[in-house]
Amino acid sequence: MRNTIAVAGIVIKELYRRKDFYVLFIVTILICLVMASINIYNDANVVRYIKEVCLDLIWVCTLVVAVTTTARQIPAERENRTLLPLLAKPLTRVELILGKFLGCWLACGLALLCFYLFFGALAASREHHWFLTNYLQAGVMQWFMLGMVVALSLLGSLVFAAPSSNATICFVIIGGILFVGRHLDQEALQLAEPLRGLVLCLYFVLPHLEFYDLRDLVVQNWPPVAWEYIGLALLYAVFYQFIFLIGACLVFRRKAVN
Amino acid sequence: MVSPRPYWLLLVALLVACFGTAARLSPQFEGWRGSRATGDFFVVLLGDERKMFANTFYIKADEYYHSGYYPSIFDDNAAFRTAHMAEDTGAVDSKNHGDEHGFLGPERNWIDSFGRHFFPNRHTHLDEGGPGGDLGGSQEVREILPWLKLSADLDPENVQTYTVTAFWLRERMQNVKAADVMLHEGIRHCPDSYEIFFELGRLYYDSYQDHTRARNVWEHGVELWLRLDPATPRGRQPALELVDDWLSRPLKLVAEQKDNQLVMEQLTTHLAAMDTADGHWTRAIEWLRAGERVSLTPDRIQARIDELNSKLDQELHPLLKPLY
Repeated sequence: MRNTIAVAGIVIKELYRRKDFYVLFIVTILICLVMASINIYNDANVVRYIKEVCLDLIWVCTLVVAVTTTARQIPAERENRTLLPLLAKPLTRVELILGKFLGCWLACGLALLCFYLFFGALAASREHHWFLTNYLQAGVMQWFMLGMVVALSLLGSLVFAAPSSNATICFVIIGGILFVGRHLDQEALQLAEPLRGLVLCLYFVLPHLEFYDLRDLVVQNWPPVAWEYIGLALLYAVFYQFIFLIGACLVFRRKAVN
Repeated sequence: MVSPRPYWLLLVALLVACFGTAARLSPQFEGWRGSRATGDFFVVLLGDERKMFANTFYIKADEYYHSGYYPSIFDDNAAFRTAHMAEDTGAVDSKNHGDEHGFLGPERNWIDSFGRHFFPNRHTHLDEGGPGGDLGGSQEVREILPWLKLSADLDPENVQTYTVTAFWLRERMQNVKAADVMLHEGIRHCPDSYEIFFELGRLYYDSYQDHTRARNVWEHGVELWLRLDPATPRGRQPALELVDDWLSRPLKLVAEQKDNQLVMEQLTTHLAAMDTADGHWTRAIEWLRAGERVSLTPDRIQARIDELNSKLDQELHPLLKPLY
């Protein structure tokens, strides 16, 4: 466990040394402030469009941070020839994978915390009210969703040759699930067999990332989701994180390190 | 060491050539029809594609009106063909049918059932308080305005954007001045829009209590609607004469008139109400007869005509009585 945490610490340090997060964070702030400065018929209480833009940017930025940070972890170690010395230490391959996962996931959590603090401040400046439970639920759900994304990218980094191809494929999969994942079963019914069965299988096998998208509820000030459903969704996320991590460990076990 | 002088000379020569070419081409480019250099940011950036985005933002406004409970392209949108925020202004013909509360249908499987806890899953309208269901918060309807403003900027020829924005600004935000500006901007871009004139008349009548101007713009709206039919006389005639002429001919509506019968009914019934209040019952009956022709509920209008006819009879009776 100590080894895993040590590896995770290095990954987190890498995140705050790199410029990616800062650039994305500053761009988000600038875009949101420009949007907030627009005069909407002299009404200073119009806020939901700013919340929506801000949350959209948070989603895009954190996905970019999660996928790109994770996708380059193991390829970079291999390219720099540091993977072999790393594994020569009392560190197993499973610990390395878990450390990389934990580091990337915690790094995403830190990034998410910064983004949500800004989001909360921005929303409160117009609404004069903190919907703390809603923000907490949205943040936690998004963080667990990012955990699945990180695990998937980690698996991809061991399967695909280059970080760029891995990142592209991950973005396509994530975008596909977020946009059509909820409706795949409806679409399957319009197809002929055996495609119908295949798409239905995919619908039940795919991790439903759209569960974790609470943006509409937060933007439109809906009441918080019942905690029992949040708990079940988090369990579902942990389940898929384990599946991807076990897959990554199995692939890495047979992988040449140099 | 090579002297940099020839490079400097070459650079100056190239700059002069660029300047000369630009000065030569500039007048031709400005006269070119395909030029986007009109100064409008969206025109420069998107060209005609902006109309597609304008419609997207218009729908986005309606999605906000429902606090996010809105069908996607995969759902049954029969109950959402006409934006509800436009339908609720009372001046737009609705093409909606079906169940607006249950477009999601029955739960299909455990994933669908579980997923419904994580997005808006109840039909509400912002002007009725939104998800909170508290009518005190009906000013929340202000949240649709940014998207409508963006939609109007992107497609200045979409009439509904102006009427819907003006209606909500006036009705819920009590921002009559902004509504007035919005409608006049609409008239500048769409001078033949009877919908905008109807909304402007409502603004004059309800908010400014200026009945004369309300009458003028409503009558102009009636003229514009009637002139959609090429058979309508083109000269400068009072609206009531045009209506008389239209009533004397058999009913034959052109396609655009068929799609916008509700506006004509609203225009004529509002004019009739104003004439009734002023005691001009004959004129009011004329407007009502025109409204009856395009109404989906002609019986109700006929009842009002009968009521006015009986009032007219009563008015004439005292003159006739001494003769008997």
